[in-house]
Amino acid sequence: MIATFIHRAVMQGIPLLFGSTGEIITEKSGNLNLGIPGIMYVGGISGVIGAFLYEHNLAGDPNPFLIIAIPLLSSLLGSLVMGLIYCFLTVTLRANQNVTGLALTTFGVGIGNFFGGSLIKLVDTDMPSITLSKTSSYFSKTFPFADNLGWFGEIFLSYSFLAYSAIIIALLASYIIKNTRAGLNLRAVGENPATADAAGINVNRYKYFATCIGSMVAGLGGLYYVMDYACGIWSNDAFGDRGWLAIALVIFAVWRPNISIIGSILFGGLFIIHNYFENLGMSAQELFKMAPYIVTLIVLIIVSMRNKKENQPPESLGLSYFREER
Amino acid sequence: MMKQKEANPREPIFHIVKRDAIVWWKAWLIRAAAIVAALLVSAVLTVFLTGENPLDVFSSLIDGAIGTSRRFWFLIQNTAMLLCVALAVTPAFKMKFWNIGAEGQALIGGMATAACMIQLGDKLPYGVLLPLMFIASVLAGSIWALIPALFKAKWNTNETLFTLMMNYIAIQIVSFFASEWAVPKGSGKIGVINGDTQAGWLPVIGNQKYLLSVITVAVITVIMYIYLKYSKQGYEISVVGESQNTARYVGISVKKVIIRTMIISGAICGIAGFLLVAGADHTITRDTVAGRGFTAIMVSWLAKFNPLYMVLTSLLIVFLERGAVQISTSCGLNDSFSEIITGIIIFFIIGCEFFLNYSIKFRDKEADKQ
Repeated sequence: MIATFIHRAVMQGIPLLFGSTGEIITEKSGNLNLGIPGIMYVGGISGVIGAFLYEHNLAGDPNPFLIIAIPLLSSLLGSLVMGLIYCFLTVTLRANQNVTGLALTTFGVGIGNFFGGSLIKLVDTDMPSITLSKTSSYFSKTFPFADNLGWFGEIFLSYSFLAYSAIIIALLASYIIKNTRAGLNLRAVGENPATADAAGINVNRYKYFATCIGSMVAGLGGLYYVMDYACGIWSNDAFGDRGWLAIALVIFAVWRPNISIIGSILFGGLFIIHNYFENLGMSAQELFKMAPYIVTLIVLIIVSMRNKKENQPPESLGLSYFREER
Repeated sequence: MMKQKEANPREPIFHIVKRDAIVWWKAWLIRAAAIVAALLVSAVLTVFLTGENPLDVFSSLIDGAIGTSRRFWFLIQNTAMLLCVALAVTPAFKMKFWNIGAEGQALIGGMATAACMIQLGDKLPYGVLLPLMFIASVLAGSIWALIPALFKAKWNTNETLFTLMMNYIAIQIVSFFASEWAVPKGSGKIGVINGDTQAGWLPVIGNQKYLLSVITVAVITVIMYIYLKYSKQGYEISVVGESQNTARYVGISVKKVIIRTMIISGAICGIAGFLLVAGADHTITRDTVAGRGFTAIMVSWLAKFNPLYMVLTSLLIVFLERGAVQISTSCGLNDSFSEIITGIIIFFIIGCEFFLNYSIKFRDKEADKQ
């Protein structure tokens, strides 16, 4: 029972982990990308389009390498394009980050639902969703021996490769940000771009790279959601508000990807905990769904009250950098 | 600017200079060019996806927006509602308080209206109920905005993220009541409130259901314009927005301005919620505000926080939205097509701001030859 709960909490948490890791990398460069929800939609739908084209042009058995690689690469490509749009507007054209991000979310959710809806028409069924069972069966492969190991297997070994890569990417991001020269430079750009510029760091290049890499990581969250969590079924708006929750998780994790691993599982648990109370009415369930947001608010308030230096958002978060205006 | 590492070490091919001021007609020319470019891109995209003649696409866009009198009024009502939320976020944004919680503030205002209609609809006379609903919405909206403002003023808590979270708490509160007061029980939907008695419905004037809402918003627009431009408080908002240090130096209490402005911002959001529930939908769902809280930010920002320009920008966005919905139905596309078009248009308008604020100076060819 508890093992099942943890298993399901992790499954819920992984998309959030991808999203928040991506957003942390982005925010460390001083870009507050509110387009993450849209980017995750695009990451999901691009993977679906890739998988759809491959599955429907397939004669015999799928090639195990291609059936993973095609959706993966198209998902990465889709979210990269979104990241580039954001960077071009905010870094090169110096537009307002909040407005650009919100427009990107509108655009991305539109793209997701539009192509989701159009692909459904292509397959000529009355189903309200696309089903990519073949691709999904490859994406959701777990360790074959997980079932034999009881609760241990269920908690630790029962996930697909994307779930483990989420955790690895988060740990790696933590390490790079904290311990490498590139990470130090990145933090310098996010804290004070003028100083970084004076020290000879190419501010725009760091902003571009961090935001694009962050977008691609976040996009994988959408891919994981469709291919593994939702068993290859894309239905419009099913992804819901997870993108915003991922942004909330960034605050919860006080801008550290390694904390966001635990945070994502906790959020995932809060997301589904209402199923585990017996006799809970429908309306009370709605109140329980408030939990992740309230927890985030409390963390946000505590962080700002304690005002510890190492727990603050990057100093120049949300501000564009103009060299000429120093 | 970014090509400094090129072969020629002396001077980059071009560099960027900040403009002091731009002649008004040039500014509008650039903006118009951006909109035309955005429409062209959208047209190419539409033709690519549907294979239809581009002229047909544009005519169905216009038909969808203003084709019939019903569509026309729907367009006007939608514009008014978007404008109302945009007016609400404007003072906060001018103060550089990034209030992205208008969605939640308007929704909680609408919730207050709906609660009054459901609980008091048959207990109070119409003349008492309507003002009470209005006051409840305004209060609910301002409280929802006041909470992040207090934390911002006291502990400098990040308001973007705070207001964002408040949106979802408001949405869940509405979901809670929607299933608590659901008709029929268990459907999770409230349905039309007081459909038989019409208690608490906004009165219909001049035979137009939406006319009163539109007039209300028009009045708020004028008041907001005057407030921001000519009042002392409006001036204080601009000073705080430009530089908090300057504001402190001249003796403006930044905390007080933040809290006061957010109460105003939330109150207008509350009015938007009131108009949506009492004047148009007569019900409440978690989607009542329909993302206007976010779109409004773009409307306000595109209009440079000028309430009169906002009439134009909100009309533009709603026009395209309604038109794109028509294109998608007539061409058998998915509804979300309108969101893609809106996104493209906003990208272009955001992008063109750069050319309003900066000019690109190319390297002098004559000097090159020497």
